[in-house]
Amino acid sequence: MIKVDNVTVGYGTTAFVKAVDRVNLTINDNEILGIAGESGSGKSTLMRAIYGDFSTGLRIASGTITGRFARNGTGAVTEAESHDFGQLWWDQISYIPQGSMSVLNPLMKVEKQVVDGLPKRERQGNRAELRRRIATFLEGFGLEESVLDAFPHQLSGGMRQRVLVAIAAFVNPRLILADEPTTALDVVVQKKILLMMVEIQRRQRNSLVLVSHDLGVHYQITDRLVVMYQGKIVEAGPTAGIFANPQHEYTQTLIASLPRIDGTRAEARR
Amino acid sequence: MRLLRYIAGRLVVYALVVVFGLTVLFFVPRLGPTDPIEAMLAKVASQGAYMDASQVDALRQSLADTFGLSGSLLEQYWAFIKRILLTGDFGPSLSMYPTPVMELIMNALPWTFGLLLTSTLIAWVLGNFVGLLSGWKPESSSSRVMEGVAICLYPIPYYILALVLSILFSYIWQIFPLTTTIRGAPWSWNLVTSILWNSFLPGASIVIVVFGWWVISVKAQTTALKEEEFVRYARLKGLGDGRILARYVLPNAILPQITFLALQIGLMFNGSLITEILFDYPGLGLLIYTAVLQGDFNLLMGTISLSVIAVATATMVIDLIYPLIDPRIRHR
Amino acid sequence: MRILKLFENAPFRLYLGLFLVALFVLVGAILPWFAPADPLVWYTTPRNQDPSWTYPLGTTSLGQDVFWLLTWALRNSLILGLLVAFFSTLIGVFLGLAAGYAGGWLDRVLSFLMDALLCIPSLPILILMAALFGGQLALPIVGVALVLFNWPYPARQVRAVALTMREREFVNVAWFSGESSVRILVRHIFPYIAGWSAANFINTVLVGISTESALAVIGLSSAQQATLGTMIYWAINYQALLAERYVWVGAPVLAIVLMFIGLFLVSSGLSMRSAARRMSV
Repeated sequence: MIKVDNVTVGYGTTAFVKAVDRVNLTINDNEILGIAGESGSGKSTLMRAIYGDFSTGLRIASGTITGRFARNGTGAVTEAESHDFGQLWWDQISYIPQGSMSVLNPLMKVEKQVVDGLPKRERQGNRAELRRRIATFLEGFGLEESVLDAFPHQLSGGMRQRVLVAIAAFVNPRLILADEPTTALDVVVQKKILLMMVEIQRRQRNSLVLVSHDLGVHYQITDRLVVMYQGKIVEAGPTAGIFANPQHEYTQTLIASLPRIDGTRAEARR
Repeated sequence: MRLLRYIAGRLVVYALVVVFGLTVLFFVPRLGPTDPIEAMLAKVASQGAYMDASQVDALRQSLADTFGLSGSLLEQYWAFIKRILLTGDFGPSLSMYPTPVMELIMNALPWTFGLLLTSTLIAWVLGNFVGLLSGWKPESSSSRVMEGVAICLYPIPYYILALVLSILFSYIWQIFPLTTTIRGAPWSWNLVTSILWNSFLPGASIVIVVFGWWVISVKAQTTALKEEEFVRYARLKGLGDGRILARYVLPNAILPQITFLALQIGLMFNGSLITEILFDYPGLGLLIYTAVLQGDFNLLMGTISLSVIAVATATMVIDLIYPLIDPRIRHR
Repeated sequence: MRILKLFENAPFRLYLGLFLVALFVLVGAILPWFAPADPLVWYTTPRNQDPSWTYPLGTTSLGQDVFWLLTWALRNSLILGLLVAFFSTLIGVFLGLAAGYAGGWLDRVLSFLMDALLCIPSLPILILMAALFGGQLALPIVGVALVLFNWPYPARQVRAVALTMREREFVNVAWFSGESSVRILVRHIFPYIAGWSAANFINTVLVGISTESALAVIGLSSAQQATLGTMIYWAINYQALLAERYVWVGAPVLAIVLMFIGLFLVSSGLSMRSAARRMSV
């Protein structure tokens, strides 16, 4: 669905600072792809380039990122380069930011923030109907309808993150990009959110890209994993395979540093 | 429950502020080196009215009453506060005898409020619009020019601007009337146009200064808000600039200014008083000025007590409205 | 566009403002000494002269030299503004620190006083005083009244800073290492509020001059002293407008406008700079 072809991305026009260096990557339909790496490895820059967010001086120096989106229902196919993805935002592609305190408009109720930006196809019916559908959708993930009438400051960190996941998922897009969605949350809440994302992906059968520095997170839900180091992809493959048998030295140290109860964690997954 | 406690607390403070203000007014006449009553009598005499000794004595007695100068200081104070707060009775006007002062004030108040409210509202809308745009695109030359203009307008006092406007548009180019004369039958179209026509310059002087202030502050707010995560998120949702400005930036830019407005009301009121005097605009300011010129002490005490109460009330109303508007306080 | 672009960064704003203010301070502080005659005295010059080399801004219908009158007015207005700002800031900083630092009932009483004074309009009270004390107020009385109405602005700000300061780490460290309260105030807290206080000081100069002028323009300030406001009042009162002698009334108006823009630029430049510095702390 997305093809990243030998792409170099960086910042600035006069003095170009390279953040992603000649990367090749494919995002398939109906999969959860993880992008791992430490901060400064270029994973967030790559994600922004894939999303098509070229504000603040982000620039593709060489290579192409192309997308092919088959619309739900009609089956009509849209092809575009990531420069033009802006038209597909909150339609074919949506995005889950890290749920910090200030990521939601503090003066707007959650319901409005779900509705704001929704594509026409998800808006049918009057306000009451739309609200009922949103409420049902939320209830599917254990969120009460009252959340819709809350203002962001009334939600806990975990709640806010679940709302953000729900906002992105209610769009019913073909591709969801999540940027460190579980960072700064405790493990129990983390687990809830990861399960929620898996369930959404399984239901909507779309693609989910999960960017996180936390290998434990990738281990729990991704189908395929890409490890980035210093702007390059150093390892890629099925997540289970990488954990069982890491090839690159960097991945090996990352996996070795994970806390474990016994030495057979890789097998314990299934 | 919390909100009720806040409102109750604010009301108590309001009552204390009003009493405090009136206390200041009570003591001012007693601080001076001269006896206010004798000063008033001299003023009335200098207006050319001839009075024989018994009339002067009667007037002196009635002034002593309205000042509450009989009895001990504590009794005087108590009588003064009680009379203003409980009965709102300031006695008859001396220069427009026997019209009650309260009636004169009630005729003047709508003019002052109308002028201040309308011009502040116009300036608010214009200032928000311009400030928002120039903060959103600070690099564009038009927003630079607008900011330059705002910086030059804001520090100018209302009355200076009023003076300049009246010199320019009433003396040099005689477009607008120099003093206010309202004509037209009640509720007629003529009356409305006459009011608008006469209010234009005094209103404009307030609009221009307040406009400058809003542009400067909204611009600063917008520049800061542009970097906020929720604005970035809204942009990544694919929302257009117009919607982001209207729904995300504007409300967040306006809120903090409401508290500032509460602090500014006193200064704005000061400014409008002088503007009214300069344009002969029939509001509270002109009434105060008339009272000073005519030595009408009852009218003076009444108008100034009411000014204090009005400003304190306006400040309280804004303070009370704020938590209703800001959900972060309303739903804690 | 170049010039407007420079407005963006604080230093230029600050420098332009400082330049304007310095100009007026110099004119107001030095030139009055060189006045050929007391410009308040009538008929020291021919009447109704247009601007010329001998009379740079012309003369009034009472035979006063407008230029020298303006320098005297500037001096008096500036002295008043500076004194008002000095005492307001002094009292404000002191009481603000006391309220924020001591807390308890002292804080409650002072906070109430600040809030109450802030929502009492100063001009009506000044008008009342003027009307009661013989129709005009001497400048020192105006000054004292203005100080009474203006100290709450710095006090509120300083109190807020002092409140957050009490919780700051470095203040606690100083506290536990046995520094005295006064020393903590002077060494750790005062530098912190100095920037804000400076901006506020300038602002108070502006408010002080502005309020006195407002009183003067309607003829209720001192008639014995020239200030920018009384100059405007005299000009209007002696029919400068009907006689179309616009320089007479225009000179003090322009002086007020330029000086206020200068003061505002300095105060906003200062607060921008201390905001930047506060972020970097």
